Amino acid sequence: MIYAAGIDVGSTQTKGIILNDKREIVARALTDTGAYVTRAAERCFAEALKSCGITKEQVLYVVGTGYGRYKVTFGDAQITEISCHARGASYLFPRTRTVIDMGGQDAKGIKVGPDGDVKDFVMNDKCAAGTGRFLASAAEALGMTLGEIGEVSLKAKNPVRLTTVCTVFVESDIMSYLAQGKKTEDILGGVHSAIAARTVSLIRRVGIEPEITFTGGVSRNLGMVRALEEKLGMKLSVSPDSHFVGALGASIFALERAAKGVSSVEQTKLETSSEAS
Amino acid sequence: MEKEKTSYQGQMHLLQKDMMGRYFERVTRAAEAGEGKAVYMLISGNPVELIQAFDLIPVYPEIDALQLAVKKSALPFIQKAEELGYSMDNCAYVKADVGLFLGDRKTPFATIPLPSLILCNYVGCNVYLQWFEHLAEYCSGELYNLDIPFLRDPSGVPSKEDIVYVVRQLEEVIEICERLTGKKLDYARLKAIVSRSSETGDMWSRIKALTKNIPSPFDAYFDSVTMMAPLYCLRGTEEGVRFFETALKEMEEKVRMGTGPLPEERFRFIIEGPPPWPYLRTFRDLFSKWGAVAVASTYSTVGGLWEFGFRHDPNHPLESIAQHMLQWNVTNRNFLQRYQQIRRYVEEWQADALVIHSVKSCRLFSAGQGDMREYFTKELNVPTLLIESDIEDPRYFSEAQLKNRIDAFFESLEHKKILHAGAEAGGAA
Repeated sequence: MIYAAGIDVGSTQTKGIILNDKREIVARALTDTGAYVTRAAERCFAEALKSCGITKEQVLYVVGTGYGRYKVTFGDAQITEISCHARGASYLFPRTRTVIDMGGQDAKGIKVGPDGDVKDFVMNDKCAAGTGRFLASAAEALGMTLGEIGEVSLKAKNPVRLTTVCTVFVESDIMSYLAQGKKTEDILGGVHSAIAARTVSLIRRVGIEPEITFTGGVSRNLGMVRALEEKLGMKLSVSPDSHFVGALGASIFALERAAKGVSSVEQTKLETSSEAS
Repeated sequence: MEKEKTSYQGQMHLLQKDMMGRYFERVTRAAEAGEGKAVYMLISGNPVELIQAFDLIPVYPEIDALQLAVKKSALPFIQKAEELGYSMDNCAYVKADVGLFLGDRKTPFATIPLPSLILCNYVGCNVYLQWFEHLAEYCSGELYNLDIPFLRDPSGVPSKEDIVYVVRQLEEVIEICERLTGKKLDYARLKAIVSRSSETGDMWSRIKALTKNIPSPFDAYFDSVTMMAPLYCLRGTEEGVRFFETALKEMEEKVRMGTGPLPEERFRFIIEGPPPWPYLRTFRDLFSKWGAVAVASTYSTVGGLWEFGFRHDPNHPLESIAQHMLQWNVTNRNFLQRYQQIRRYVEEWQADALVIHSVKSCRLFSAGQGDMREYFTKELNVPTLLIESDIEDPRYFSEAQLKNRIDAFFESLEHKKILHAGAEAGGAA
């Protein structure tokens, strides 16, 4: 049995996926990235190996992705998470034509071809507005966890209109709404709605074509899923593995290379060759 | 993939270093020994011929600012200007220069003289206009604002009245220069200078046409910037002509030998927008590792656009200087004309893609680039990447962000290339 792995080192969390040669997911692992990126990648890989009971020697090819991809020192190649999210989303939902990926520091819109290739992409400019970090700041200001805020936002009856999408200033904005006696759910309704609006205007730049798949850590937030669906006027495809999509895409690239016997880090240019064939 | 470091240093690069070294020595002598008088000017469509005709020393605060950035010494000057109240959002060229101007004006490459004349030769940028007004307020130098009407007619041609209007102002500049130097304008000398400018423009244009070759003999962004300093500081001089003769010869030789700036040219791209000077080498390497070579750039046409046929006319020196200022530089043209300029580059220079480098400092150059991206991706089907940093302020350069976008862009181009090759092989079989 051949195995291949994808390790997605994000700004907040590191995700790992191991595939067998039938393209089945045999292991998932999730760790916080922290300051020691290489160690986080190693830890994540080790956890994934442990969970499926195989050794690292049995994994023929490892692809690193995410911001820390060059720190996956045991990896055989590095591919950006933009290519990986497109690939992973296509694997989960083969009719995917648009990917919305929201992570800790990035929001991306990716236009995807029928074989999971990237046709075009846009990302947030150098500002964390509209990303997971914005939600984290809002949660912090309200003394809640990231896991809680999505559900609460769904109860909003009169969502507030946020005056800022600045990740730093959102805290003072929230403080002022609390001082006015606004309800937590209405504030969170406003927070989710503001980010959804910003994200939709971002992805309109690549052109929205169904089916739309929502990936990245923020896709686990049901409030965000609903807020985006409302703004877009259509359903989003969201998998329970949605925050693993980068790692999943990386593991698919890795498996294709393992199958071809490609072993050189140099040959990044071959990374999409199997898609072409 | 290993980094393909670009270490190409040809004769042209060495000669540039030597000539610009001497230019900066002259600038320093003016500052420290009072030898000669300096005229501050802006790059956009600069009328350097007039300044050369009076043996005045052209000093471009933009070049001083970018040199500071290249030498990684801009930030303290920027911060000094911010301490004085210049905003974070203000153009960082302006801030670096103001910070420099209000100190001892010593830089790692020259000491900058105080100006005898502050000649604002470009008014398309309101910030630039005020920059020169500020400098005039900080010193006793005389200020003259040349009002250059924006190229507003859809035909892209200035009216006769526009030309007369600019020529009349150039005559006023001549009067000021005569007063400053105590010399009357030698008209025959001006004609000779304009004739050398014409020759220079011709050679520069031929050099630019060489990047239509595959592989391109040089990078039309990263190597063009080497040629731009002589183009602005030495245009109209014999030295300037010699520089371009050497560069042309060297590049023609490279075409004959089939060599380019990288071991292998895998992608040809057009680039729009000024470079991130504080991280020029890092930025270049982000493209080099993909075998990507810029074959044309709009930035190299800020000081003048010669590749579409414009030449100075020694028989009508002032009129042709006016035409250069009005019509033949990218910044005084409207955005649709810029689209067409880039479109010609994509088609005639056979490019695979367009890269837009948007800079925080310059809203004039960057505003509208989102629409430009739309036009090229959606209407012309040209793969286009929009990235952002700054020309001068190192605080706006996020390498991880840029690398991610550039890598993803070339990953998708690579995919297209493989598909295309597969289709061709399939078709041939």
